[in-house]
Amino acid sequence: MSTAISVEHLSYTYPGVDNTPGIAVFEDMNLQIEAGSFVAVLGSNGCGKSTLAKHFNSILLPCGGKVYVCGINTADAERVISVRRNVGMVFQNPDNQIVANVVEEDVAFGPENLGVASPVIRQRVDRALKQVGMFAYRDHAPHLLSGGQKQRIAIAGVIAMEPKCIVLDEPTAMLDPRGRKEVMDTILTLNREKHITVVLITHHMSEAAQAQRVVVLEKGAVAADGTPQEVFSQVELLHRLRLAAPETVELCYELNKNGFALPLTKLSAEDCALALYEAIKA
Amino acid sequence: MLKDITLGQYFPGNSPVHRLDPRTKLLLLIAYIVALFTASNWLTYGVVFAFLAVGITLSAIPLKSFVHGMKPLVFILVFTGILNLFFTTGEKLLVHFWIIHIYWEGIVRALFMMSRILMLLCGTFLLTYTTSPISLTDGLESLLSPLKKIHLPVHELSMMMCIALRFIPTLIEETDKIMSAQKARGADFESGNLVQRVKALIPILVPLFISAFRRADELATAMECRCYQGGDGRTKMKLLRYKLRDYKAFLLGALLLTVVFVLRGFGL
Repeated sequence: MSTAISVEHLSYTYPGVDNTPGIAVFEDMNLQIEAGSFVAVLGSNGCGKSTLAKHFNSILLPCGGKVYVCGINTADAERVISVRRNVGMVFQNPDNQIVANVVEEDVAFGPENLGVASPVIRQRVDRALKQVGMFAYRDHAPHLLSGGQKQRIAIAGVIAMEPKCIVLDEPTAMLDPRGRKEVMDTILTLNREKHITVVLITHHMSEAAQAQRVVVLEKGAVAADGTPQEVFSQVELLHRLRLAAPETVELCYELNKNGFALPLTKLSAEDCALALYEAIKA
Repeated sequence: MLKDITLGQYFPGNSPVHRLDPRTKLLLLIAYIVALFTASNWLTYGVVFAFLAVGITLSAIPLKSFVHGMKPLVFILVFTGILNLFFTTGEKLLVHFWIIHIYWEGIVRALFMMSRILMLLCGTFLLTYTTSPISLTDGLESLLSPLKKIHLPVHELSMMMCIALRFIPTLIEETDKIMSAQKARGADFESGNLVQRVKALIPILVPLFISAFRRADELATAMECRCYQGGDGRTKMKLLRYKLRDYKAFLLGALLLTVVFVLRGFGL
């Protein structure tokens, strides 16, 4: 598989204000994300998750090292637009990323900026809205929709630009459980059916568990990297980073302290229940 | 309380006036205003009024809404009337009382002025009632686009208008939230004299402004992420195209202007 996003020896320091020293976020960060994969990025507050995401589409430029997106160097000033059309971004607050006051006009904003011909924009907008299941709402005013619906509009706005990757920076942080499920289902469908590379930054372990690969960041470096099973079974590491493992793993971990010998790789409730059943029977 | 504010006052509909191109409506409004200010006697006023009446009838918007929209402007209307009534001098003196002189010409002039303002307002209301804010901005941008040649930031202005319209409901919602939060902590917005009430607004405005700036910052980043780079090389999903009904409307507008000018030229 080819590499969609490649981070090589990245260093980044937020500039200080009034001669105070800046804050170094990354010193030597390396990460490869394969095309078509679904990667979840975890980490406690201030570990550099959002900063990393902003490097993926030239919002922030590296102080040292290189970031490549589909083979393009993000620091290449002349190719900023091709970087951004390849990597779409969805942010936390759905209200602050919707530009127009009609749903379909907002979805059209990206393609319009790219100079796509009018009839093609129409097709792309309709297709994008159908993909996120919001086609019926195309004439609505965004401020009358629920949080989950607004976030799906934001996702539609990104996929209407037909990017190869989507980076989502805590897209569900401001949503209720229902909105969270809507957004997660949309992301999973896009990844599976459209083969769009997804980078999901999240605080919810249950969301990260649905990814193919989980990357845990600690102070600007990769602390753990692997399949959800591999990463979440390192419960002590997660606790040290003030993260919790998924509830099922936490349960098995606590039981193991009291003499059980349960595997720490059961991420779904059904698997966990089955493992418990086997353990009790034996 | 803040939910009542309706901006732009658009009444969705599907009447012939609604379906006109926003540019047509803007141009017709200009023609109408020119005709209105050229009109100088009963006959020409009558012609302009007939044009307005046709527009209002076709739009199928209830007259009640026009009256309702007029309410905040009654003062200006009455003020203009009084000013013209008392300060116009003429030949036919009707009332002479202390320092007040009312002439027949004053009454006529006051009536003309008041109906001119009334008709001006009705005309603009007709435009905003039948055109959604977004198509109005589109129309303006397209009409003003020749001014880009003299480096007027036409696209930027219409983008700003569009974003402002988009964020009005969001900010109103936010104001409501802040007010509730302040009330929950004992703030009092309803009592006290004017100075005290204005002072009570400060704790609302400060957080509102801070959050508006934060929103603006985030929105700018989001727009950049979606490849926004100003108006150059930008296309539109919905293209404005003049249709047959627009040409008919133009014809009507031209007719109005000609009639008014000719009548005026003959001194009628």
